[in-house]
Amino acid sequence: MQRKLFIFVFTIVVVVFFLGAWLNLRVVEPVESTPVGGMAVNVSIGGPFELTNHTGARVTDEFLRGSYALIYFGYTFCPDICPTGLGDIAVTLDELGDDGGHVIPVMITIDPERDTPEVLADYVPLFHERLVGLTGTEADIKDIAEKYRVFYRRFEDPNLTFYLMDHTSFIYLLDPKGRTVSMFRYGTSPEEMAGSIRKHMLSRANTYQTQFGSPP
Amino acid sequence: MIARFISASVTILFLATPAWANEQRSEHFLISHAWSRATAPSQKVGAVFMTIATNGDKTDRLIGALSSAAESVQIHGHTTVNNVMRMRQVGGIDIPADGDITLAPGGLHIMLIGLKAPLLENTLVPLVLEFEKAGTLEIEAEVEAPGAKQASSRAPAKSTESHGSSSGHRGHKH
Ligand SMILES: [Cu+2]
Repeated sequence: MQRKLFIFVFTIVVVVFFLGAWLNLRVVEPVESTPVGGMAVNVSIGGPFELTNHTGARVTDEFLRGSYALIYFGYTFCPDICPTGLGDIAVTLDELGDDGGHVIPVMITIDPERDTPEVLADYVPLFHERLVGLTGTEADIKDIAEKYRVFYRRFEDPNLTFYLMDHTSFIYLLDPKGRTVSMFRYGTSPEEMAGSIRKHMLSRANTYQTQFGSPP
Repeated sequence: MIARFISASVTILFLATPAWANEQRSEHFLISHAWSRATAPSQKVGAVFMTIATNGDKTDRLIGALSSAAESVQIHGHTTVNNVMRMRQVGGIDIPADGDITLAPGGLHIMLIGLKAPLLENTLVPLVLEFEKAGTLEIEAEVEAPGAKQASSRAPAKSTESHGSSSGHRGHKH
C-alpha cells in the first residue's frame, strides 16, 4: 500500500516536472548576446513552412534557399514597433551594399485575419522593394510561430474598436541552407546586424575555400 | 483685398520656411522634432513622436490629444515582458519643469486611430495636444519615411557626419 502510494506520488512529480519543462520551452527565453550583436542560436529554431506571399502565391521555405534571409514577425496594424523593425532591416540591406543582394527580407504576419495578401502587397513596398510579405491561415501562422518560438496574442482594449497584437519582436537570420544562425533583439542597430551578417558570409566563404579550394 | 494679400504673403512665408526647422513654441512649451511615419492605404493607424519641453519652472502633464487626420487619438506606451512587446494606452505623460520628455519609437507615442487618409511623406499632420495645466496647444508633425526612426530634422547635418553612411538614420527610400 505504502509502495503504491509512493509510485503514485512519484509519477505525479515526474509528470508535473516534464510538463513544466515543456511549458518553459515554449516561452522564448533571452539568449546570451554574442559580440556581434546577434544571439547565438543553440537550439533548433525555424523549420519548413508553406505560406501565401503578398502576390497571393503559395510558397514554401524552399524559395529562401541559396540566399540569406532576414525574417521579421509582425503585423501591419502596428504603428511603432513593426515599422521600426522593418525600417531597420531595410537600412541593414543598404549597409551591406552589394552583399545586401544576397539577403531576402521577409515579413511574416502574426495577424492573418487582417493581413491578407492584398493588405501586405500594399504595405511591404513601403519598406523595401524586395520585402516579401507572408500570410496564411490561422493554423499556418500558428505552426510557423511555434517553429520560430514566436509568441503572439490578441489583445482587446475596451477603449478601442479593434484589437492589438502582443508579440515578440526578434529578427531572424537564416543562412543559404535555411538554418537560423542568429537572432537579433528589438533595437539592435542596422550596423550591428550588417556586421553580424558579414561575419556569417565571411565564415561561410572560408569554409567553402577550405573544403573545395578557391571558387572558380 | 489688403487682408487677402497679407494672408497670402503669410502663407507663402510659411511655405518658404526651409524644410521645417521643426521647433514649435508656445507660452509654456517648446515642441521640437514632431514627426510621424508615412502609411499604406490599408493602414488605419499611425504614431506621432516628439520632444516636449517646458519653458519655465512649472511641471505639467500631457493628458490627451486630437487630430483632424484621425477618428481618435490616444497616448500609448510599451511594456516588454519576456521579450513580448505590449502597446498599451497610458493615462498621461508628465512633463518635468526645466526639462524635457521625448516620445520615440519603442517607448511613448501619440497614436492616431482610424486614419481618414494615408499619411504621405513630406506632408504635415495637425495635432492638438491637451495639457493638464496649460490647456491645449496646436502643433504639426512632419511625416517621414515609413521606416524612419527619428525626425529628419534631428539627423546630423551632412558636414558633421563622421562616417560615410547617409541612410543610417532614415527609413528606406526609393
Ligand atoms: Cu499605439
